[in-house]
Amino acid sequence: MRLELVPRATVSPAARLLAPIGALILSFALGGIIVALMGRSPLTALDIYVLQPLSDPWALQELVVKATPLVLIAVGLSFCFRASLWNIGAEGQYVVGAICGSALALATHGTEAGAWVLPAMLGLGILGGALWGLVPAFLRVRFGVSEILTSLMLVYVAELMLDYLVRGPWRDPKGFNFPQSVGFDTAATLPILGDGGRLHVGVLFALAAAAVAWVVMTRTLFGYRLRVTGDAPRAARFAGFDERRTALAVFAISGGLAGLAGIVEVSGQIGQLKPSISPGYGFTAITVAFLGRLHPLGILFAGLVMALTFIGGEAAQISLRLPFDLTKAFQGILLFCVLAADALVSYRIRLVRRGVLAGRAPA
Amino acid sequence: MKRAVLGAVAVAALAIMAGPASAQQKLKVGFIYVGPVGDHGWSYQHDQGRKAIEKELGDRVETSYVESVPEADSERAIEQLARTGHKLIFTTSFGYMEPTLKVAKKYPNVMFEHATGFKREKNVSTYAARFYEGRYISGQIAAKMSKTGVIGYVGAYPIPEVVAGINAYFLGAQSVNPAVKLKVVYVNSWYDPGKEADGAKALLDQGVDVLTQHTDSPAPLQAAEARGKLAFGQASDMIKFAPKAQLTAIIDNWNDYYVARTKAVLDGSWKAQDTWGGLAQHMVVMAPYTNMPEDVAKLAKETEEAIRSGKLKPFKCPVFKQDGSQVECKGGDGLSDEQILGMNFYVKGIDDKLPQ
Repeated sequence: MRLELVPRATVSPAARLLAPIGALILSFALGGIIVALMGRSPLTALDIYVLQPLSDPWALQELVVKATPLVLIAVGLSFCFRASLWNIGAEGQYVVGAICGSALALATHGTEAGAWVLPAMLGLGILGGALWGLVPAFLRVRFGVSEILTSLMLVYVAELMLDYLVRGPWRDPKGFNFPQSVGFDTAATLPILGDGGRLHVGVLFALAAAAVAWVVMTRTLFGYRLRVTGDAPRAARFAGFDERRTALAVFAISGGLAGLAGIVEVSGQIGQLKPSISPGYGFTAITVAFLGRLHPLGILFAGLVMALTFIGGEAAQISLRLPFDLTKAFQGILLFCVLAADALVSYRIRLVRRGVLAGRAPA
Repeated sequence: MKRAVLGAVAVAALAIMAGPASAQQKLKVGFIYVGPVGDHGWSYQHDQGRKAIEKELGDRVETSYVESVPEADSERAIEQLARTGHKLIFTTSFGYMEPTLKVAKKYPNVMFEHATGFKREKNVSTYAARFYEGRYISGQIAAKMSKTGVIGYVGAYPIPEVVAGINAYFLGAQSVNPAVKLKVVYVNSWYDPGKEADGAKALLDQGVDVLTQHTDSPAPLQAAEARGKLAFGQASDMIKFAPKAQLTAIIDNWNDYYVARTKAVLDGSWKAQDTWGGLAQHMVVMAPYTNMPEDVAKLAKETEEAIRSGKLKPFKCPVFKQDGSQVECKGGDGLSDEQILGMNFYVKGIDDKLPQ
C-alpha cells in the first residue's frame, strides 16, 4: 500500500487563495500546541508574538526594517526559482554587494566627498552582487556545472573575503586591532525616514523592487519567457527561447538585488563593516521566496510574516521566557504548512492498494 | 493613646502604600546572549550570573534575556529590552559594542554593561575577565602532560582576546618545556559544535595529545575524550562531558560582578566604569585539577596562587615576537593592559602564522 499524488484536473481560484490562509491558521494552531506543551498559555503567546508587535508603532517600524533585506533578496530569488534555476548563494552575493559598496565608503572616509557617494555605493553594491551571481550562472551555461553547488560554495568564499578585508587592509586603525572597519561618514549612510527611528530609505527600495518585479513578471515578454522556461523547458526550446541568456539574466538580477540588500543593510543599519554582517538573510530569503509562492506581492507579505516571527520571538523570550528555538521551529512549521497546502491544492492523495502484495514491502 | 492609634494607622497606611510601590519599583535587569543559554560555555555562564542576581536579590529584581542574538542584528533586541522597562542591560559579546552605544544614546536613563568592549559612555560600562591568567596555568599543565610535546588550540577568531590567550598558554607551556610545539586552528565561530569538533580532530590527527579551546561548546573536549586524549574545559566546568579528558577548566565567574552591579543600581551608586578582573577578583576560577599526577596538580596550584598574589605575571617582560624582536615593555615589569587588550602578534616559538 502506498500514497500517490495525482494532479487535480481543475483547481478553483478560491482554493488557491484560501490555501495559504489555511496554512497560516494551521501553523498558528500547531505553534499554540507546542507553547501549551511548554506550559505557557497559547493565547498569551499569540498576544505577545503577533498582536502586540502589530499594534505597536515601534515594533511595526522594526518589522519593516527587518523585512527589507529579506524582501529584496527574495524578490530576486523568485526570478531564478521561476525559471527552475537554484541560486542558493544569495548570502554570498549579499556579502560581495556590501563589500563593493563599502569600498567606496571607506575610500571617501574623512574626505569632503558629496552626495554622489551614496548612489554610487548602491550602484557598486548591485554590480558586485550581480557579478558574483553571474559566476555560477556562467559555469552552468558554459560547463554544465550544478549552480546549486557553486552558488552555495561561493558564499563561503565571499564570507572569507570579507573576513580578510576587515582583519587586514580595512581594519580600523584605532580599533584595538579588532576586526572591523571605521564607521561610515554621514555621506555614506542611508538617510533615515522620519526622525529618531531606524526606518531607512532602503525600505523604499524593497517596495520598488517588488513593484517592478511584478510588472516584469506579468507584463513583459521576459517574464513570460521565464515562466515558460521554468514550467515547460521543452516548450520554451521549441519557442526559440534562449535558456542560456535566461540563466545569466536571472542570476544577474537576483545577485544584483542581494548585493543591493547587502549594501543597504551595511550603510543603513550597521554603519561599518564587520566579519559578520548578516544573520543569514540570504538563506532565510529562500524560505521567504517560497512562503510568498514566488510572487512579488506574496513575497512582500511573507517577508513581513518572517520578520514578525523574529520580533515576536524576541518579545516572547523577554516576557514569556520561551526559547529562541521555538522561533526557528515555528518558521519551519510555517514553511512546511504553506508548501503542503500548495501541494494539496494542486494534487490529491490517492491510496494505492497492491492486491495480494498488500502490506508487504515492495520488492 | 489617641496619638498612638493615629500613629499605628499612619504606619499601617504607609505600609499599605509602600507595599505596591516597592513591588512596582522592582528593578528589571535584561541580558543579551550571543549563543543559546544551553551552550554550556560562554552564554551559559552569563546566564548563571543572571540566576545569581535573582537568587541574591530575590523580589527586588526581575530578569529577562534574549538568546542567540546575531551581532549584526542586535540593536533591535537591545532596544526591545530598554523600552520594556529594563533599567540595567548586560550585552555579553564584543560585537554588541556599537549597537549598545546606539541604544544607550537613545535611553540615557538606562544603564548598560557591555562585556569585552572598549568604548564607554556615561551610561555604558565595560567589563571583561583576564582569562589569559588561567591560560598560563593550563599551558603549564599541557606541557607537563603531553607525551608528544605537541599541544593544540582551537580558537574562534584571531581577535586580540583570543591571541592573548594563545600566547599566555604557550608562554606557560614553554616555562616548563622550552621545546614544546603549539598548533592552532581557527573555526571562525564562537559556537558551532560541528566545526569545533572538526577543528579538534584535525589537531589530534596532527599528533596533538593535549587540546585546549577558545570556543564555547564542549565539542573539542568531547573529541579529545573520544580519542583518549586530554583537554581543558572552557567557560564552565565541563567535567561531566569529559570525565577522563578534562584536566581543569577556566571558569568565567560573572556572578559576583553581576550581583554587585545590580546592587549598585538599586542603591543609586552605579557609575560607568571599566572592570578587568582575574583570578584575584574571582572573575576567573579554575575547576578542580583532575586526571593528572600529584606533582602537576601541585605545580598548577602554586602557579595559580602566584598569579593571584601578583607575584607571577603571564606577560612578564621581556616578551619576544615571532621574528625575535622584543616587545616594548609599557607596564613596568610586564606588558600593560592596553598592550594585552590589543595583542595582535604571536610570541616567539609559536610555529604558526597569525591570520591577518
